[in-house]
Amino acid sequence: MQTRDLVRVSLFAALIGALGLTPRFDLPIAAGVPVTAQTLGVMLAGVVLGARLGAISVALFLFVVACGAPLLSGGRGGLGVFASPTAGYLAGWIAGAFVVGAIMKILMLRSIFASAFIASTIGGILVVYLFGIPWLAWSSGLSLKAATIATATFLPGDILKAIATAMIARSYFHAYPRAGFVPL
Amino acid sequence: MIGRPLSKRTWLHFLPAGVKLLFVAMATIIFFWVQNPIVLLISLGLVLSVYFAAGREAVLRLKLFRFLLPILIIVGLFQFASSGFFDALTSVSRLALMILIADLVTMSTPMMEMMDAFLPVLYPLRYIGLDPAQLALAFALVIRFVPVLLDDWMRRREAWRARGGSRGSWRLVAPWIAGLLSIADRIAESLDARGFRRD
Repeated sequence: MQTRDLVRVSLFAALIGALGLTPRFDLPIAAGVPVTAQTLGVMLAGVVLGARLGAISVALFLFVVACGAPLLSGGRGGLGVFASPTAGYLAGWIAGAFVVGAIMKILMLRSIFASAFIASTIGGILVVYLFGIPWLAWSSGLSLKAATIATATFLPGDILKAIATAMIARSYFHAYPRAGFVPL
Repeated sequence: MIGRPLSKRTWLHFLPAGVKLLFVAMATIIFFWVQNPIVLLISLGLVLSVYFAAGREAVLRLKLFRFLLPILIIVGLFQFASSGFFDALTSVSRLALMILIADLVTMSTPMMEMMDAFLPVLYPLRYIGLDPAQLALAFALVIRFVPVLLDDWMRRREAWRARGGSRGSWRLVAPWIAGLLSIADRIAESLDARGFRRD
């Protein structure tokens, strides 16, 4: 890996960690509901770094967490997180970031907002759930249906994050055209 | 579950990290096959006694598992409704057991030692272009830059507030990321200037 990519990947992993610690921000659509989220960081990793580097960045973040850094939201970390029934969602983050980046690259719609929203809905929500739900069901003995119902409670928040990602992506690529996203 | 290792050294600290990881892997596989709630509860008692033996700090650590309670309660209720008391007890005690065993390793192993223990497993990554030697640098950068990025966020937020903004806005995120990437590129340049290139 080029040094430049290596450092970008590392700093973005740090950003995902930082997102889990304090930053909260308001979204105009959510009317005062503060959004704090690492899934937001996962979606942004795919959008900003692209499929391959985005996925590597998320994987690196999870590796640092597994080694014991308390960087998951709520100050969690360590191997216990990966032994818990929610570990599937974390594994899904890696694939999720990859899919977000890949869809972003394929779509390149006229609208960055629409591309980023579709990419993060499919990659950052659907793919993550595809990993998370079966693992939750298998590890805890729940039925797939029950696991899906339990997961569905997070759906509204996750859709908000996809919208936030799309808004951030739009302002990012407009303000920094050199960043590489070229809408048709 | 809070990752930080204990500050006081316990007897667990003297085992090599690799041995502890192997132990956790084996325990996880074995306990997945145990269906008897009594065996699981006894094992849970044994693991808890390790926590108590490791001292006060380790016991206080148990409090940090509170966030797991809702998950365990939901799993327990669902199981109770669908297949009865014993299955619910089995699932819940197995989950608690595996998480507590895994955390014993985290509790007693410094982060860098843990990374070294993982390296042999990650060696095959070389074949898809990821050099494990680069991992050490990446690891250190992540740890170092979390506080730097948080500080950067706080400064941006202060400036935003001073100009009449609310407590923080999504509008701050894009420049935050752009700033991060430009810092990253400067770091990469200075690393290369000092001879760090391993393509």
